[in-house]
Amino acid sequence: MSLLRFAQGPARMLRNVRPTAQITRPAVLPRFIVSPAASAFHTSAKRMQAAESQTLITPSAESLGFEVTGVKTVDNTRPIYMDMQATSPTDPRVLDAMLPYMTELYGNPHSRTHSYGWESEKGVDQAREDIAKLIGADAKEIVFTSGATESNNLSIKGVARFYKGKKNHIITTQTEHKCVLDSCRVLSDEGFEVTYLPVAKNGLISMDDLKAAIRPDTALVSIMAVNNEIGVIQPLEEIGALCRSKKIFFHTDAAQAIGKIPIDVTKMNIDLLSISGHKIYGPKGVGALYVRRRPRVRLVPLLTGGGQERGLRSGTVAAPLAVGLGEACRIATVEMAYDHERVKQLSERLINGIQSKVTHVYRNGDEVQSYPGCVNLSFAYEPSDARRALGAEYDMAHSSIRFGIGRFTTEEEIDFVVSRVVAHVDKLREMSPLWEMVQEGIDISKIEWAQHA
Amino acid sequence: MSVVAHRNQVLGLYRDLLHHSSKFAAYNFRDYAVRRTRDAFHAAKNETDPVKIEALIRNAEHQLEVVKRQSLISQLYGGEKLVVENPKNQKILRRH
Repeated sequence: MSLLRFAQGPARMLRNVRPTAQITRPAVLPRFIVSPAASAFHTSAKRMQAAESQTLITPSAESLGFEVTGVKTVDNTRPIYMDMQATSPTDPRVLDAMLPYMTELYGNPHSRTHSYGWESEKGVDQAREDIAKLIGADAKEIVFTSGATESNNLSIKGVARFYKGKKNHIITTQTEHKCVLDSCRVLSDEGFEVTYLPVAKNGLISMDDLKAAIRPDTALVSIMAVNNEIGVIQPLEEIGALCRSKKIFFHTDAAQAIGKIPIDVTKMNIDLLSISGHKIYGPKGVGALYVRRRPRVRLVPLLTGGGQERGLRSGTVAAPLAVGLGEACRIATVEMAYDHERVKQLSERLINGIQSKVTHVYRNGDEVQSYPGCVNLSFAYEPSDARRALGAEYDMAHSSIRFGIGRFTTEEEIDFVVSRVVAHVDKLREMSPLWEMVQEGIDISKIEWAQHA
Repeated sequence: MSVVAHRNQVLGLYRDLLHHSSKFAAYNFRDYAVRRTRDAFHAAKNETDPVKIEALIRNAEHQLEVVKRQSLISQLYGGEKLVVENPKNQKILRRH
């Protein structure tokens, strides 16, 4: 969740930065004519951006522990974006596929009586095929939703509520995304029992813990595929095989996994799988849920109404967004090997670059079972470590940074980030009393800190 | 189609794709489009199967249309340069 900004001058690490002032709109609305009015539009767009960049330096109230002393936007440059786990830029090819459905092809995909409906339906059906292909499913098993949050809510609440009475137990992990944990919390208010499995130091669950947690009345196991904070990949195939043998439904939140690592719902015995559009260079506001048909998974829908999407998700499917998600999945299928190789190279360049110049840097998460595009590094002996030792709140004290590398990241950006990180870690450590003690050869772990009131 | 005609068609597509890819105003898309074009053409340079060559050409023609439209959109809405595009930082990067 940390948004990294590497501006010129000291590195600014902002969280949830929002412009607070209103953006002044240009008096004349831009017109979409390429030339010569294009230059007029360009200037007004620039003016809007200029007004925006002045307000960008105000951190929000919840920017925990991150202080901002004013971003010097030297020569009007923008910072590097390295937060791909939060969201990713929309691939131009995705936008290209969507634009016809945002202009000419505006029919309701559920309209059966005229060609406007049919052409939209055709686009949505193609998207369904492309999504299904990426995960080895059938197009009929894909339900469009508003995003992975809705897909997770629908899977967990839907399955639990359908089988309530006969089965009242759910298993998940402590490191799930908030929307999974919160859905489980809602269910425990409704009388369900929830087991939250712990994870080992490397971020992985233990299969023995899972086996031990399974009960005769367990309805669902929900375990994420790739963790959003440290990038570890859970043993999906083993979990799936175990769940199938016990006749328990297996749901996985694959928002951070699809398009990045190979996923096969048949091979991995996955019954429900959540997909997000904007994590895979698709549009924001759309996602999908894979719901297995054989053996059939039954759900109580969250939304009722027109009965679209097999009755599991009423409401008109957003055709342009669905088409965008489909295209993002189609590209991901074709480009997965190329992207993975590239991201791996950049990831190694980043880690080696930092570790060769700074000592006491540790990567969080399992060394082998993890996605290389999510690099979470801990920097020991920063002033924040001293604060934690002195009893500061965890959020105020943690000194790890998540770097999200993606399809559009460049070597230049990696090298720039390395040079900034190296410079500022050195600077921060000079300010740290712990670092001074480490340099003097004092064993930090043997110190007894005075208790704070 | 003769080998020479194929060759000219492929080289023409390659040149056009690189030309339009370099027109993206957005730094990351520009870098990707140029790199992906190069890598794709280099990976396919020893392809001899005429059916596959034909499919690759059709795909390249489609990609060219996409890049033409999308680089134009990028020019309409893009503008500000990234910090790594600043000439001053180029010097810093070279030193490292």
